[in-house]
Amino acid sequence: MIQKEFCPIISQTEIAEDIFELTVKACLVSQIKQPGQFVHIKAANALDPLLRRPISISSFDQENEQFTMIYRKEGRGTSLLAKMEPGMELDILGPLGNGFPIEEVSSEETALLVGGGIGVPPLFELSKQLVAKGVNVIHVLGFQTESAVFYEQEFLKNGETYVTTVDGTYGIQGFVTDVMGNLRFECIYACGPTSMLKALEQHYSDKKLFLSLEERMGCGIGACFACVCRLADDPSGVSYKKVCSDGPVFRAGEVLI
Amino acid sequence: MNRLHVELPGLKLKNPIMPASGCFGFGREYSQFYDLSKLGAIMIKATTVEPRFGNPTPRVAETDAGMLNAIGLQNPGLKKVISEELPWLSQYDVPIIANVAGSLEEDYVSVAREISKAGNVHALELNISCPNVKTGGIAFGTIPEVAKQLTRKVKEVSRVPVYVKLSPNVTNIVEMAKAVEDGGADGLTMINTLVGMRLDLKTGKPILANITGGLSGPAIKPVAIRMIYEVSQAVSIPIIGMGGVQSAEDVIEYFYAGASAVAVGTANFVDPLVCPTIIEELPVLLKKLGFEHISECRGRSWNQHGQLAYHRA
Ligand SMILES: Cc1cc2nc3c(=O)[nH]c(=O)nc-3n(C[C@H](O)[C@H](O)[C@H](O)COP(=O)(O)OP(=O)(O)OC[C@H]3O[C@@H](n4cnc5c(N)ncnc54)[C@H](O)[C@@H]3O)c2cc1C
Ligand code: FES
Repeated sequence: MIQKEFCPIISQTEIAEDIFELTVKACLVSQIKQPGQFVHIKAANALDPLLRRPISISSFDQENEQFTMIYRKEGRGTSLLAKMEPGMELDILGPLGNGFPIEEVSSEETALLVGGGIGVPPLFELSKQLVAKGVNVIHVLGFQTESAVFYEQEFLKNGETYVTTVDGTYGIQGFVTDVMGNLRFECIYACGPTSMLKALEQHYSDKKLFLSLEERMGCGIGACFACVCRLADDPSGVSYKKVCSDGPVFRAGEVLI
Repeated sequence: MNRLHVELPGLKLKNPIMPASGCFGFGREYSQFYDLSKLGAIMIKATTVEPRFGNPTPRVAETDAGMLNAIGLQNPGLKKVISEELPWLSQYDVPIIANVAGSLEEDYVSVAREISKAGNVHALELNISCPNVKTGGIAFGTIPEVAKQLTRKVKEVSRVPVYVKLSPNVTNIVEMAKAVEDGGADGLTMINTLVGMRLDLKTGKPILANITGGLSGPAIKPVAIRMIYEVSQAVSIPIIGMGGVQSAEDVIEYFYAGASAVAVGTANFVDPLVCPTIIEELPVLLKKLGFEHISECRGRSWNQHGQLAYHRA
């Protein structure tokens, strides 16, 4: 069930340039079903900025009733969020959407987790859960530049990890797809910019591939029709999926990206 | 004491609070949060003859204390609304106001004729003012004679009272209101969204794929209040007011302006529980302000002792 809750902030740390790791105490943690689900956060207890901001759950701890998000300080909402301190309360709606299906890989198989920029966070909980299940995981994490890189060490603890930067200031120069050619795996889980997801869909249509999409949202719960996408098998018809409540994770080839 | 019960053409309302069309789907999502029978009524999503996909995304853009939307009347079409959505809603003890949309006069007439037969549809809301649909449409909401004619045609076939939703994107809203009253409208709902636009700082291009969208949220409340203030003094049919309603205080302000009931739109996106919260807070606020019943607030801005309570500067 989706809950609306005022969640006390436990900690907030800048872990890379303009990238914040935020942990809150929340009863709604008990409702999380899958890695890759997200929450909708009200950044200010005021009329402005008006809308909630969708942010992925990057990890959670059911026992201690807390979860962590990692976000980039960008516009008005996330800039306000970045100023908040432990002890303050955040108005959070969640958990929302459908996440990554971990039952799609079995314990002897290898899963490739591909993240681009602020698409990296939800892969962390996914990685933890796959490892716990005995799946072999490989991570390929793409960033713009060295100062934007985060969580490399955390991912390394779970398995092989490759970091790419577009400008070559850290790790391998290039895009995530430049590294993937040499790797062997059965299943891909990906979250990141649309261009990255499209490239994956083009090159790896023979693999099991799950993509987490991003779209501008109003309600986040499926009522406003802001976040719809078309179905691949009905590209100009009237059928649709909502990124907020049917997604954000879809099997590649299901919706048009 | 029941301070909130209100009666309007076709509608016996437990309270004068209802979610606005397009901000509540057909209620399914919100039914996870509360019992929909708590609501005064529900204005369901606009229905057209055929299913519509709507506009490309991005369909929303945030603005200062508001948002723009250009959904483009996405809906499953008349048949499905009648066979699936309305029967599902009938499990709740709440009157439905069906929002009727189209691009030709015949479209409105067919939707109105069929949807008004459903048992739980107690009134229609004629959507002559959606700013996000390119074909036809616009003239219905901006030319008084055309709006009047359409209202008359729909009244002829509808089995339930017809409310007409007015667009604020006109030079003279009083003229529009009088025209549809002449056409036989049983009530008005106002205001629809204001046409607006936002540009992206990095690209310089519009954020919405549709380029323009309808502005809603607290930012438009003063415009709605002014228009209801003017229209309610010029017509004798009731007004369901809307535009940026967030709180019980806002509801009272709408009543003061001349509204007889109030719809809550964008606020549902921000707080899914906003409607039941307002319904709970209203009696407390009324008591505090010294009103026995909410109807005593109606038109207070202009009707006290037959003169303006405040003078314009
Ligand atoms: C399912 C989902 C999960 C996400 N998870 C994360 C995450 O874990 N970490 C993270 O840093 N970011 C994440 N994002 C992106 C994040 O929502 C945006 O960066 C954020 O909304 C921008 O808000 P702002 O106040 O900085 O920008 P503003 O420019 O003030 O935002 C204005 C409006 O545009 C919307 N908007 C702007 N950019 C985006 C975007 N990229 N996607 C969707 N809406 C946008 C905002 O929500 C707001 O309504 C996610 C987006 C989605 C859809
Ligand atoms: S954001 Fe409202 S339907 Fe998805």
